[in-house]
Amino acid sequence: MKPENRHIEPLLWSLFGAGGMTIAFLVPAVILVVGILMPMGLLPAEALSYERMSAFFLDSWIGKLSAIALLVPGYWGCIHRVYHGMHDLQIHTNEKVKLGCYGSVLVLSIVTVMLVLFG
Amino acid sequence: MSEKTIKLEILRYNPEVDQEPNFGTFEIPYNEAWSLLDALEYIKDELDSSLTYRWSCRMAVCGSCGMVVNGRPQLGCETFLRDSYPNTIRVEPLANFPIEKDLVVDASTFIEKLEAVKPYIIDAVDAMEAEPARKIIPTTKTSLGTFKQTPKEMGLFKQFSMCINCMLCYSACPQMGLNPMFTGPAALAIGHRYNLDSRDHGTDQRTEVIQDKNGVWSCTFVGYCSEVCPKNVDPAAAINQNKAQGAQDWALSFLMPRKGEK
Repeated sequence: MKPENRHIEPLLWSLFGAGGMTIAFLVPAVILVVGILMPMGLLPAEALSYERMSAFFLDSWIGKLSAIALLVPGYWGCIHRVYHGMHDLQIHTNEKVKLGCYGSVLVLSIVTVMLVLFG
Repeated sequence: MSEKTIKLEILRYNPEVDQEPNFGTFEIPYNEAWSLLDALEYIKDELDSSLTYRWSCRMAVCGSCGMVVNGRPQLGCETFLRDSYPNTIRVEPLANFPIEKDLVVDASTFIEKLEAVKPYIIDAVDAMEAEPARKIIPTTKTSLGTFKQTPKEMGLFKQFSMCINCMLCYSACPQMGLNPMFTGPAALAIGHRYNLDSRDHGTDQRTEVIQDKNGVWSCTFVGYCSEVCPKNVDPAAAINQNKAQGAQDWALSFLMPRKGEK
């Protein structure tokens, strides 16, 4: 590609793909645990207690990295879907809306990483 | 016994007379062996000789008789009256193209897009002429002077080479309607077909068109193109393979900044 013809769409699409992947893995597991196993009493009540969850996701390095890996790509997947979904629904936007969409997700991503790592 | 009949509503437009297209209704004898194309021929021969439509081979090879049947892009020769009988069949020209007359559309934008992806093998000699600075290793020839291509190498692109340019995918694609500049499913699949060919050296010459914002990146993977394709080309897959390649090249362009500057 000539430099003047380059555009950022490949990056946004890669993040969208990564997000779609993490959501596809995460959501069925969450439904299984929170929607089926817990209500049926197949898991001990304290399995999802705040202390236990925060000890894993906020205090261990594996937990912190998985929290970031599970959350951040999902943001990009969702906003990409919303932005292109607007186009499909014939709501035509402009560069400012695009910047607002992806910009706010960039801010959200940075905030998530900061909170998980240093919060 | 009264003869069975079937009704057809056909979008008619004569640019010399009509302000806008209007449906015309025809009632014809029902024959369960008839294709829609047979029915159109009956109408043209017996009822209204001004009915205009494209056709040639009658057997889903030439790609001429694409039309919208009951809202779905289909080949007239592959659509049978018995699939709709006793209901009326509604026939319109392909969507996303200007109508020339009745069921005939102006396909010139498609032809331009098809030409833009260079739908032919660019051999090493041509590739070196186009880009003298690039080092090109020619495909090895056999002693007979022919190229050797293994079934595995052909398997990479064979599916994408089945396209008959019928433009059903352009009619099906919602992005075509939203962005007429979009290169579109068939042209992108055909460009991909040559990029995947072991005899071809033209990938770099097609990149500007295929990886452009109006190239594969205008697609939102609705996938209807692949559903309506009469030849199972699966243009949506071709487009997504190019997105994956483009994303990789995009990342690499930072590690090797001069890769793209030629």
